[in-house]
Amino acid sequence: MISFTVNGKRQQVNVPPDTPLLWVIREQIGLTGTKFGCGKSLCGACTVHLDGRAIRSCVTPVSAVAGKSITTIEGIPEDHPVKQAWIAEDVPQCGWCQPGQIMAATALLAENPKPDDAAIDDAMSGILCRCGTYRRIRKAIHRAAGMKGKGGTP
Amino acid sequence: MSGSTAISRRAFLKTGAVLGGGLIIGVHLPLGAALGVQPPEETFAPNAFLRIGSDNSITVIVNKSEMGQGVYTALPMIVAEELEVDPAVIRVEAAPVAPAYNHALWGMQVTGGSTSVRTEWERLAQAGAAARQMLTAAAAGTWQVKPAECRAENGQVIHLPTGRRLSYGRLADAASRLQPPKSVTLKGPKEQKVIGRGVKRLDTPAKVNGTAPFGLDVAVPGMLTAVVARPPVFGARAKRIREDLAEKVPGVKRILPIDAGVGVVAESLPAALKGREALEIEWDEGPLAGLDSARQRETYAEMAKKPGAVAASRGNADAALEKAAKRIDAVYTLPYLAHAPMEPLNCVASVRPDGCDIWVGTQMQTGDRDAAAKITGLPKEKISLRTMFLGGGFGRRAVPDSHFVREAVQLSKGIGKPVKVVWTREDDIHGGWYRPSSYNVLAAGLDRAGMPLAWTHRIVCQSIITGTPFEGGMLKNGIDETSVEGAADSPYEVPNFRCDYHMAPAGVPVLWWRSVGHSFTAFVKESFIDELAHAAGHDPYRYRRALLAKHPRVAGVLDLAAEKAGWGKPLPAGRGRGIAVHESFGSFIAQVAEVSVNGEGEIRVHRVVCAVDCGRFVNPEIIASQMESGVAFGLSAALHGAITFANGRVQQSNFYDYPIIRMREMPEVETHIARNGEKPGGIGEPGVPPIAPAVANALFALTGARLRTLPLTPERVREAMGKG
Repeated sequence: MISFTVNGKRQQVNVPPDTPLLWVIREQIGLTGTKFGCGKSLCGACTVHLDGRAIRSCVTPVSAVAGKSITTIEGIPEDHPVKQAWIAEDVPQCGWCQPGQIMAATALLAENPKPDDAAIDDAMSGILCRCGTYRRIRKAIHRAAGMKGKGGTP
Repeated sequence: MSGSTAISRRAFLKTGAVLGGGLIIGVHLPLGAALGVQPPEETFAPNAFLRIGSDNSITVIVNKSEMGQGVYTALPMIVAEELEVDPAVIRVEAAPVAPAYNHALWGMQVTGGSTSVRTEWERLAQAGAAARQMLTAAAAGTWQVKPAECRAENGQVIHLPTGRRLSYGRLADAASRLQPPKSVTLKGPKEQKVIGRGVKRLDTPAKVNGTAPFGLDVAVPGMLTAVVARPPVFGARAKRIREDLAEKVPGVKRILPIDAGVGVVAESLPAALKGREALEIEWDEGPLAGLDSARQRETYAEMAKKPGAVAASRGNADAALEKAAKRIDAVYTLPYLAHAPMEPLNCVASVRPDGCDIWVGTQMQTGDRDAAAKITGLPKEKISLRTMFLGGGFGRRAVPDSHFVREAVQLSKGIGKPVKVVWTREDDIHGGWYRPSSYNVLAAGLDRAGMPLAWTHRIVCQSIITGTPFEGGMLKNGIDETSVEGAADSPYEVPNFRCDYHMAPAGVPVLWWRSVGHSFTAFVKESFIDELAHAAGHDPYRYRRALLAKHPRVAGVLDLAAEKAGWGKPLPAGRGRGIAVHESFGSFIAQVAEVSVNGEGEIRVHRVVCAVDCGRFVNPEIIASQMESGVAFGLSAALHGAITFANGRVQQSNFYDYPIIRMREMPEVETHIARNGEKPGGIGEPGVPPIAPAVANALFALTGARLRTLPLTPERVREAMGKG
C-alpha cells in the first residue's frame, strides 16, 4: 500500500510501486482531469503539483509520492485567478492540454507572481498545445497575475 | 438567411419520432455542468435539434463533433439567434446516431471539410425560428390574444399591449401540443443580435476545471483496458505469437489477436503496456518491409517524368513554355505528416448479446456505428454510440475504415466485457493515416515583362479517397480531387496552364490532415508564384495582385493582409516579410509572416497577419482562434514535421522527434475579417495552407535562400543559405 494525499484527501493504493502517478490518479482514484499525451515527459498534459511544485505525473512512479501531497486540476479552486483568467480569455480549443497548462501556470505564479513574457515562455514551453492557444495562455497568465494583486487567492 | 422557408411537416414528425422513440435515451451530456441532468418531464422538443424543458432549460442537440473548432458554440448561437435566447444559457448535448443528424449534404453523420456552420446554418436557424413561433402561439393561446401582439425576447414571450410575460419553460407544455408551423420567417442581418458577436465559448468552463469528458476519460463498470501490439510495418501480419510471458504479467487478462494486431487486455493501462512489452510476436512483414523515404522520392521522381492524368488544362502550356522569354523550373517535395492530436486515439466498447455501447471521440459516427453492427452481428439500432469531446481531431478521427472503433468492439466482443483501447503516443506516430507525401514538378514561362505565359504543375501523391465511400464523388478519371485541390484551380491568370497527376502506389495508410490537399498545394503554388515574381524583378504582393483580376475575393484578402501588415514598410534589421494567399473550403485567407533566422539556421516567426474572407460568419472570436490554431498547426509542419521511413519502419515516435511548436515559437497572430454578405465559408482548416509558403517566402526575402522542401529545418536553411 502506498499512501499520499490528493487534493487534500488521503489516498491509499495497492499498485506496483513503479506505476506512473498519472495512471494511479486517473484509473485508481478516478480523477480524469489530468491528461495523458505522450507518456515520456515531452508534452506536459499530465502536469500536477507535488508539494506545490509542477511535475510530470506520467514519468513519476507512484512510490516517489508516498507520504506527499498531490494537487490536480480538480484541486484548484474554481475562483482561482488562473481558472478565472482562462475563462475570461476563452483560452481552450480542444481542451485536452489545458489542465496541464493551468497546473503549470498556477505553479509559476506561486513562485513568480509577476512573470514577464520570457519567464512565462520558460515555464510554459514544456506544455504542448496542438491547437495553438499559446498566446491566449500567455495573456491569461498576465491577467491572473493582475488579479492576484487585486485580492485574488493564489 | 432571411425570408420564409417552407418546412416539411413530415421531417418534423420524423425527427420528433426519433426523440420520442427512445433513441435519445442515455445520450451523453458532454458539458460537465449538464452531467447527470435528466430532461424534465414536460419537454417541448419541436425538432431533433432543440429541447425546452418546463424548468426553462434549453438544450441544443449538436450533430457535429467538438474538437476545438467551436461547433458547440457556433451552432447553438445560430439556434439562439432565432429562438431569442441568450446563448450562454444553452446546454449542449451530443447527437446520437440517427438519420436526422446526418451531414446536410453527405448522407451520414460526419464532421469534416470545414462544413459545420456552412451546412447547418439554414436548418438550425429554422429549428430555432419554428420553436419561437410555436412558443409565441402557445402564449397567445394562453392569454387568448393575437400572436401578432406578442413578441419573444430573452427566453420569454411578452404580450406587448399589457406587458404580461411567460417564460419558455412555462410555455413548453402548451407549445408541445401545437403543430409545427408550415413556414418560418428568419431574421434579416439587421435584426440579428447573436450572429456576428464574439460570444464566449460554451465549453470553456468544463475545459478549464477538468470535467469536460473526453473519450479517454470514460470509465464504465467492469471495464478493462487494452493496448494493441501493432505491426512494425504497414500491412504486416502476426505469424507467430508467444503470449505466455505476457500472460504472466500481473493484471493482464487476455491476449487476443484482432485485425489491428494483437490485443493485450488488462486491469489497467500500465499492466497492459507491460503485457505488450512481454509479448513476443514474429511478423510476416509483407510488401512494405523495404519501404524507404529516399527510395520513394526516387520512384516519385521517375513517375513524374511521364505525363499524368490531366486535372486542368487551358491554352497550350508546352508550346508557351518553349517560346517564353524566360523559363523557370522547380521541384517541391513535402513529407508524410501525422496529425498527432494531443488526446491519443481511444475507444470504449461494451458488447453484450443484446446490444453494444460505444463511447468515442469520432468525426464519423455513422460509419463507426455501422462497423460495430457488422462485427457484432447486431442490428444498427442496437448500437449506441456516444460522441465524447475530441482532444483534437484534425481529420485523424474521421477514418472511413473505423479502425479505432473496430478494435475496441472486437476486443470487447472477444472478452465479453467492456474494453477501453488506448493508443500510446508511439502508437499514434507509428500508426499511419498520414497526410500523404508529394512530389511536385513545376515549370513556368515568363514573357518579356516578366508575367507568366505558361504554368505547369505535375503532382505525384498517394490517393486518400481510393477505397473509401467517397470514391464515387471525389475520384474521377484517375484523379483524386484531394490530391490536386488548390493546384488545378489556381486563381492566377496564366493563359497556358496544365496540372496533371500521378497516383502514387498505395501502401502507407493516408488520410485527410487538416486542410487536406491544400496543405501541400498552397505551399507549392504560393512559393512558386513568389519565385516568378522575384525572377521577374517584381514585388511579390503586386505581382500576385496583377494576376487576380478575375478573383476579387482572393485579391481582397491579399490587399487587406498587405495593408494591415504594413507591406513595403521597413522592418527591423534581420527580419523578412513573406506573403501568401489561398482559397480553401469556401474561404479566402491571406497571411503575411515576419521572420528572422539565427546563425544555426533556426527560423523564428514573430508575427503573422491574417486576412480572412469567409463570407457571412457566426462568431469572430472563433474565427480569430481558428486562425491562431491554423497558423500553429501549419507552422509545426512548416518548421518541424516529417514522417519518414527506413526498412519499412516509421523513424519517428514521439514529440522529441516529431516536434510540434512550443509556446516560445508561437508568433503573434492578428486576424482581420472582411465583412460582406457572401455565402458562408469554412474556418477550421483554411488558416493552415498559407502559413508555410508565407514563412518560406519571408525566408527568401530575408536571405535569398529558396527552400522547396518541407520542413524548413535548420540544416536545410543553413545549406540553402550557404548556396544562396
